Amino acid sequence: MRIDEKEYTKSFDIHIWKRLLPFLRPFTRTFVMVIVMNLLCAAVDIMLPLFQRAAIDNFIQQDTTQGLWLFSLVYALVIAAQTFFVILFARGCMRIEMKLGRDMKRACFTHLQTLSFSYYNTTPVGYILARVMSDTNRIAGMAAWQSVDLLWSLSYVLGVFAAMLLLNVKLALTIMLIVPAIALLTAYFQNRILHWNRKIRKQNSKITNAYNEGIMGAKTSKTLVIEDQNSEEFTVITEDMRRSGIKAARLNAIFIPLVLLMGTIATAIVIRQGGGMVLDNLLMLGTLSAFASYATGIFEPIQQIARNLSEIISMQANIERVIGLLDEQPQITDTPEVVEKYGTSLDPKPENWEPLKGDIEFEDVSFQYPDGNEEVLSHFSLKIPAGTTVAIVGETGAGKSTLVNLACRFFEPTSGRILIDGRDYRERSQLWLHSNIGYVLQSPHLFSGTVMENIRYGRLDATDEEVMEAARAVSAHLVVEKLENGWQSDVGEGGDRLSTGEKQLISFARAVLANPRIFVLDEATSSIDTQTEQLIQNAIEYLLKDRTSFLIAHRLSTIRQADLILVVRDGRIVEQGRHEELLRLGGYYHTLYSRQFEEESAMSILQR
Amino acid sequence: MEIFSLGIFGGEKFLKENGFRRAGLPLWKEIFFDLRFLREVSMKNKIDARNFGLITRYLKGFYHLFGIALICSMLHTILNALTPQIFRYAVDGILGGDETALPEVVQKMLLHPLLAGNALRMLGAAAAALILVAILSGLFSYGFRMNVTKGSEGFVKALRDGLFAHIQRLPFRWHVSHQTGEIIQRCTSDVEVVRNFVTNQMLEVIRIVFLVGFSLTVMFSMNLQMALIAAIFIPIVILYSGIFYAKIAARFRVADEAEGVLSTTVQENLTGVRVVRAFGREKFEISRFDEKNETFANLWIQLGKLMSLYWSLGDLITGLQIMTVISVGALLAVNGQLTLGEFLAFVSYNSTLIWPVRGLGRILSEMSKAGVSIDRVAYILRAEEEKDPPEALTPPLDQDITFENVTFRYEGQKPVLDHLSFTIPAGSTFAILGSTGSGKSTMVHLLDRLYDLEPDEGKITIGGVDLRQIRRDYLRHGIGLVLQEPFLFSRTIRENIAISRPGSRMEEIRSAAGIACVDEAIDTFTDGYDTIVGERGVTLSGGQKQRVAIARMLMQQAPIMIFDDSLSAVDAETDAKIRASLRQRMGSATVILISHRITTLMQADQILVLEDGKLAQQGTHAQLIAQEGIYKNIYDIQMSSSDRELIESGRSASSDSTPALTSP
Repeated sequence: MRIDEKEYTKSFDIHIWKRLLPFLRPFTRTFVMVIVMNLLCAAVDIMLPLFQRAAIDNFIQQDTTQGLWLFSLVYALVIAAQTFFVILFARGCMRIEMKLGRDMKRACFTHLQTLSFSYYNTTPVGYILARVMSDTNRIAGMAAWQSVDLLWSLSYVLGVFAAMLLLNVKLALTIMLIVPAIALLTAYFQNRILHWNRKIRKQNSKITNAYNEGIMGAKTSKTLVIEDQNSEEFTVITEDMRRSGIKAARLNAIFIPLVLLMGTIATAIVIRQGGGMVLDNLLMLGTLSAFASYATGIFEPIQQIARNLSEIISMQANIERVIGLLDEQPQITDTPEVVEKYGTSLDPKPENWEPLKGDIEFEDVSFQYPDGNEEVLSHFSLKIPAGTTVAIVGETGAGKSTLVNLACRFFEPTSGRILIDGRDYRERSQLWLHSNIGYVLQSPHLFSGTVMENIRYGRLDATDEEVMEAARAVSAHLVVEKLENGWQSDVGEGGDRLSTGEKQLISFARAVLANPRIFVLDEATSSIDTQTEQLIQNAIEYLLKDRTSFLIAHRLSTIRQADLILVVRDGRIVEQGRHEELLRLGGYYHTLYSRQFEEESAMSILQR
Repeated sequence: MEIFSLGIFGGEKFLKENGFRRAGLPLWKEIFFDLRFLREVSMKNKIDARNFGLITRYLKGFYHLFGIALICSMLHTILNALTPQIFRYAVDGILGGDETALPEVVQKMLLHPLLAGNALRMLGAAAAALILVAILSGLFSYGFRMNVTKGSEGFVKALRDGLFAHIQRLPFRWHVSHQTGEIIQRCTSDVEVVRNFVTNQMLEVIRIVFLVGFSLTVMFSMNLQMALIAAIFIPIVILYSGIFYAKIAARFRVADEAEGVLSTTVQENLTGVRVVRAFGREKFEISRFDEKNETFANLWIQLGKLMSLYWSLGDLITGLQIMTVISVGALLAVNGQLTLGEFLAFVSYNSTLIWPVRGLGRILSEMSKAGVSIDRVAYILRAEEEKDPPEALTPPLDQDITFENVTFRYEGQKPVLDHLSFTIPAGSTFAILGSTGSGKSTMVHLLDRLYDLEPDEGKITIGGVDLRQIRRDYLRHGIGLVLQEPFLFSRTIRENIAISRPGSRMEEIRSAAGIACVDEAIDTFTDGYDTIVGERGVTLSGGQKQRVAIARMLMQQAPIMIFDDSLSAVDAETDAKIRASLRQRMGSATVILISHRITTLMQADQILVLEDGKLAQQGTHAQLIAQEGIYKNIYDIQMSSSDRELIESGRSASSDSTPALTSP
């Protein structure tokens, strides 16, 4: 999430804004309607002081009530009309906002489905989620409301100027002298207020981090007896925050009365100059009161314009982020010829797909992660006949998944080829390969929904009976039987109503249903109760049969049964062979294994 | 429509009230958030009044600031109310030529030789009075804001500091039973809500009531009939808002949940990207997303329709009220019951009535929001801190440690330690072997007084003194503890190592790192000891972390050292090396080792085997392998199984050549 704090300080760039146009185009008609309604609203707002003027000049000054009913009626009608305009315009805006947001979310989501793993590996989920959800929401909200609000303020201010000029040129021009002063004031203060607000945001995240550390590290702090020391250090951060808060408030506290003072000065001018004109019978009293209204009334919209503009400009950062996501290019694409024959991921042509046997060959493969600066594989060759079980071992973070990523074509070799059934896998589509892979993750991922739906994810057209069959094959039905609603039980968000072991069994069932030729297992490190553990071992055995398998292994029992062990250290394959060979070698595998062995052997006895 | 009536009124109200209408039509989106919140309130039911005490404690020392602010705010309101009067006198007295309509003071002022008879000068004086009032009112407004801000910022700082220090001192038991994310949210978002309330709403309610009351008083004193007409709309507006809020809340909940569902769908797709791709389910995912996206958009559009209706009808009521006042005012003025100036002033005062009332609903909702947040923050403050009685002891710790018939259970669970009795002789190395959940870590927690035994749960003594009588900070200072998954603070390695003794010399730090065998690793970092670790810095491997934690513990120079499986991520050779250098340096310390490695355990003076919280075996290595039991079984497996042979043959092979064995 750190990346999110990055400030986009680029100055205004029209090219970024142009990218928004295709999204806005479908709403042209709604926008026109909204703009018209909005102009009508502004027109009514400009008219209202004239009613007061009429009340004074036509009735009070003339000392007559004739036509007062008509006056009230017209007045009421105008207000009612405005109500109508506001309803239409607000609904239009809401529609634009929601539909624009929907379209942008859809574009982002669809695009995300095509992006490669290199993107997902380097981009935190929170960061992507913020783009798909918050940024699009903000853009849509701003495009619909801020622009319209700006339009209202602009037309209101211009309309008031026009009205004042029509009523009395001299007085109007005098009042307008105040406008540049307001503009300068606003420009001066807004920048500074913005600066402090930014600072406050940063200090705020510092405070959050401090709390986070204070709580996460509570046990350590206690054992080291540094609680008071921590609290002491914390007060430094909060003091900074307090100072910034007061500074920002001071700017506001000066700014707002100053603007109001400008308004009063304008009113004072109206009284002095306008009053003089009234005395000379050059101006009606009602007109004077209308002027007074206008004089105070335009200052808020003028500031509003400034605020709207700065808000709209700040939206550039949001657009940039969404566009940045949409511009992200998939690292792995199928050639046009491949697409021609096999179809795309969204529009596949499964009728042209050859069956997959499961021979995998790395042929002089070199590989470097797009965001890395070192080759993690160089000139690596390995033949994996169909049905082989390959275990990959190494410390956490050593890069055990590299080979799997390459074999599954989540990444492609920088040089060399990977052959599947004797043909370079780039000659066939990604979806063809992926449809033949079963993948069970270390922390198994389930989707919100029922158990049934989750298993069916492995083969969407499977019947209920087939789903249950698959579950039984790996004993996942034992999990299901324990659940309150059986197959229709909701697994919760990300499957969080199930334990890790249960989730794993469900995801095994899902893999069985897909009946893949290639099976990938990233073994769980977290402890699972002995009973479930046994079920899982059986399930793994079942799944390994007759399939080419890659095990990112943590348990000795799993490792020992592999046909081939690859030992990874610092991202490189340092040793390969069978269990006994490797142990005799006395190399890195030996170190890893003996450590693991002591742990597991003690545990096996103690927990018996 | 309020604009014209405010024309002569000038004042901050204009900005605020207008804000409800024009400045943001999007503002009713904020009302959505109020609704979101109302839902939470209704679920949370009622708020405990005692909690306010816990929070208001932090207001102490700032009351005078809020008092001054309140006075400034009232003066500001009164001054603003002068403006329509000035205008009224200008219209009636100067332009209308009816000087008798003016109060005596003003008449006298107008008789001043500089002004008398000169209408233009009198107008100038009125204009000057307007500006003067505005300046004064601006000053009071400044005074109000600054005092409120100083008060609330000071308050919130005190609250934050208080919360932080309080959380630091809360017992470990409390920390274990609460989720970090949840607590942080209370300390940040909820505190922010409280701050916002204190800054913006706390005095605002008083101000609005004062303002409305003041305006009504002035209006009633000016003209009873018109004041009644104006006032009758107030309950209508309130009633209308209430009905609406009730009506829309349910619909709002549905729309709000739809957003959560959509967000979850996206998140699951992102976190499950491997599954999606591995099964080739992109198309399926998109159609699922589309459905939820569509629902979300449509629900909000529906809600928007309702909101637009509500808001503009509210506008209509307000507009009609103003229209009625103007029409009736004109009628009365023509009938001579009202002067023109009074009419204008009246219209001005009227505008200060209705908008604050419409805003009141919002403020009330903000208030109850703050109430819930106060409740959530107070929940933390209410928890009891760890405290030592003044008579707590500080006995020497280089003594025998004895567990006497210790039984311990975590809340509502079966005992983790079951009638456990044994003695750790001073200065010895004592090893403990046991499975996960056998109570090893609990023993450590008890020794460090992270948990305390109840009176009937037996006792632990050091040199005969009951642990519960020893001052906690003294005890913890005297016990160096290294955990299996140590926590490092996000600061430099140097600061981390020296954290228990800030200001230590570099040689000491280096020497500690040397004993922990981590100095070489540190030197490979670009910034060496100044490398920042933890969340915002370099990620250390598990083994490196453990070794930095050992170095940190060494700086404590504690007479008791506990290694809670804290070399598990270090290979056996480095493990041995660290223990050897430790032994040299800390000759007299009592060392407690928890491990699964026979090679580690066998060097201890005493070994204790725990099984389900009970003592299963105890003795020296030689004694334990001579008897049948857990220890011997593990020893046999680790030392003599077929794998062991392979391991041994590998070990001898490695000593000749393979460099892979040297510690990473």
